[in-house]
Amino acid sequence: MTESTAARKPRRSAGSKAAGTTGAKRTTRKTGTAAAKGSETELVQLLTPEGERTEDPAYAEYAQYVADITPDELRGLYRDMVLTRRFDAEATALQRQGELGLWASLLGQEAAQIGSGRATREDDYVFPTYREHGVAWCRGVDPTNLLGMFRGVNNGGWDPNSNNFHLYTIVIGSQALHATGYAMGVAKDGADSGVIAYFGDGASSQGDVSEAFNFAAVYNAPVVFFCQNNQWAISESNEKQTRVPLYQRAQGFGFPGVRVDGNDVLASLAVTRWALERARRGEGPALIEAYTYRMGAHTTSDDPSRYRHDDERAAWEAKDPILRLRRFLESADHADEGFFGQLEAESEALGKRVREVVRAMPDPDRFAIFENVYADGHALVDEERAQFAAYQASFAEAEGV
Amino acid sequence: MAAEKMALAKAINESLRRALESDPKVLIMGEDVGKLGGVFRVTDGLQKDFGEDRVIDTPLAESGIVGTAIGLALRGYRPVVEIQFDGFVFPAYDQIVTQLAKMHARSLGKVKMPVVIRIPYGGGIGAVEHHSESPEALFAHVAGLKVVSPSNAADAYWMMQQAIQSDDPVIYFEPKRRYWDKGEVDAEAIPGPLHTARVVREGSDLTLAAYGPMVKLCQEVADAAAEEGRSLEVVDLRSISPVDFDTIQDSVEKTRRLVVVHEAPVFLGSGAEIAARITERCFYHLEAPVLRVGGYHAPYPPARLEEEYLPDLDRVLDAVDRSLAY
Repeated sequence: MTESTAARKPRRSAGSKAAGTTGAKRTTRKTGTAAAKGSETELVQLLTPEGERTEDPAYAEYAQYVADITPDELRGLYRDMVLTRRFDAEATALQRQGELGLWASLLGQEAAQIGSGRATREDDYVFPTYREHGVAWCRGVDPTNLLGMFRGVNNGGWDPNSNNFHLYTIVIGSQALHATGYAMGVAKDGADSGVIAYFGDGASSQGDVSEAFNFAAVYNAPVVFFCQNNQWAISESNEKQTRVPLYQRAQGFGFPGVRVDGNDVLASLAVTRWALERARRGEGPALIEAYTYRMGAHTTSDDPSRYRHDDERAAWEAKDPILRLRRFLESADHADEGFFGQLEAESEALGKRVREVVRAMPDPDRFAIFENVYADGHALVDEERAQFAAYQASFAEAEGV
Repeated sequence: MAAEKMALAKAINESLRRALESDPKVLIMGEDVGKLGGVFRVTDGLQKDFGEDRVIDTPLAESGIVGTAIGLALRGYRPVVEIQFDGFVFPAYDQIVTQLAKMHARSLGKVKMPVVIRIPYGGGIGAVEHHSESPEALFAHVAGLKVVSPSNAADAYWMMQQAIQSDDPVIYFEPKRRYWDKGEVDAEAIPGPLHTARVVREGSDLTLAAYGPMVKLCQEVADAAAEEGRSLEVVDLRSISPVDFDTIQDSVEKTRRLVVVHEAPVFLGSGAEIAARITERCFYHLEAPVLRVGGYHAPYPPARLEEEYLPDLDRVLDAVDRSLAY
């Protein structure tokens, strides 16, 4: 229903909105900090930190995409966020216990990921970074599959085509181009699937991301660029990455950009649906900047106390994505103690399962080094595998003596 | 297409045409590959016949070209991308090395990357900076990539067919100074395996191993040496990753001497690897150390100096003399 309504409505792109009213003010010289702060007024928000639904007519264009959301769906979003956070906490603990070599926590970004992830359709294709555990959850990737690479038993343990969820990409921003190329292919096929590329505020500085914006615009590719601006690229703040709010970059490439409250799961869902729907209709790419916060460290190897203050974190804790949806569910009488209690039990069961699977995860066979280097084989790999086998066999012979 | 004499560039063009005709998933991408037909006209006429949807003029961004080609391959396409000149490939080097080469392994074999990257390479055409380089070793060093370079029109034709059919990424280095050299191309001839070397001239005193633009030079060297009563064998490697060491070994066990020739700098070039491996394989057969002739450890010089930099008849003959003097 929302789909057809949206199609009939005269469209006013978020990009042109930015160029019009408040955006024009920002074209007067301001520091990056001031510009970023000023733009917060433009944050698309449908659920306040206090858990109240907002009815700002300026955002009706997006709000219509969640206008008919049911209590059941709302509980589903809540459940997704809670389980994702539980999984994430378990993975962090497993790293501390030495079961994982590293973990990149998504703590604080659950709404941005679940909202956008739940906006995708089964035939859509997702290109993640290495932190999209919540999106993976929405796509139906078993969370334990995500842990292989962090344990060091593989470099990506799932079949990307099983869930249309590409492998985690560690090099910053590379996947934006893969998503764009994939979307070009979707358009060539005449399909109406959407493609979504995830990246962060740090990646926005990468040439590949700018090239992806440009290729997507030139070829009108059905791709949504979903930037989770979690304020920190390891130790570097937004001011070290950009002089303009990131969503405004889209304008220069010729497509709309919108900043959404990334801690608001409803707004994230609505804006991503809006962007994917227009991509499906052949209206080309869009940039979503999900304004959020990395509550934890960059990874378990990082020490945020060296570069940021605790009071910053405290301010963002008040905007917690899970808490605000809980407040809304409770005040609207959409969920009762039974629901929350059952979810807590489910969370613990998930944590237990993850723990058990990881601990039982075997090391790969040593010959896996030589597996899948090439699809059609390679003489040198064959030769070195044989040498390696002979070397290994020499120990067996020695033991046999 | 019956056997026909054509230039090497035309042979690649015909091969691309055949691929576009036989497989709707094949795409051509690159800068100026459409209306212009590429700066060397290798894609001449293809956009006219197959449309802008399949022969795609791209923005001038090499990383973008390769990065989107990866995405298209993930969607089931078989992109053949052109990098306009050797020295312009480096913006794409990250995508090629960190993504294209490793995607198959990263996915535990679930994803294939049938992408061909065409790169006109090498000097000898009097060009400006960045237009004459030979960076093949930088790609051969990367597991997951295959690297080939034809030396003549017939090989250019069928090696392109096989590169496009390969489910692995292939870096296809085109010897730009040989683009206009004509040769017999038989499109119906059954091709040999892609990564096998070929003895193009038999001899008994010394083996010259080369690929791409240097094969013709080595044949000329063998002619000149023959006048002095020396019998040189010439091996066209055709593939730099993998290298067909068996064919070189067979030749060296017969001739007991090897000189490797390439335009790329000698230091850590493909000749270094060939020298090391052949020394290991043929230690008791060799009468002389494996010698290399190639570029110097200096930036490719301005055009007026390139003849001093590039291996030529006399420099290769000098290496032949030195080898035979052992």
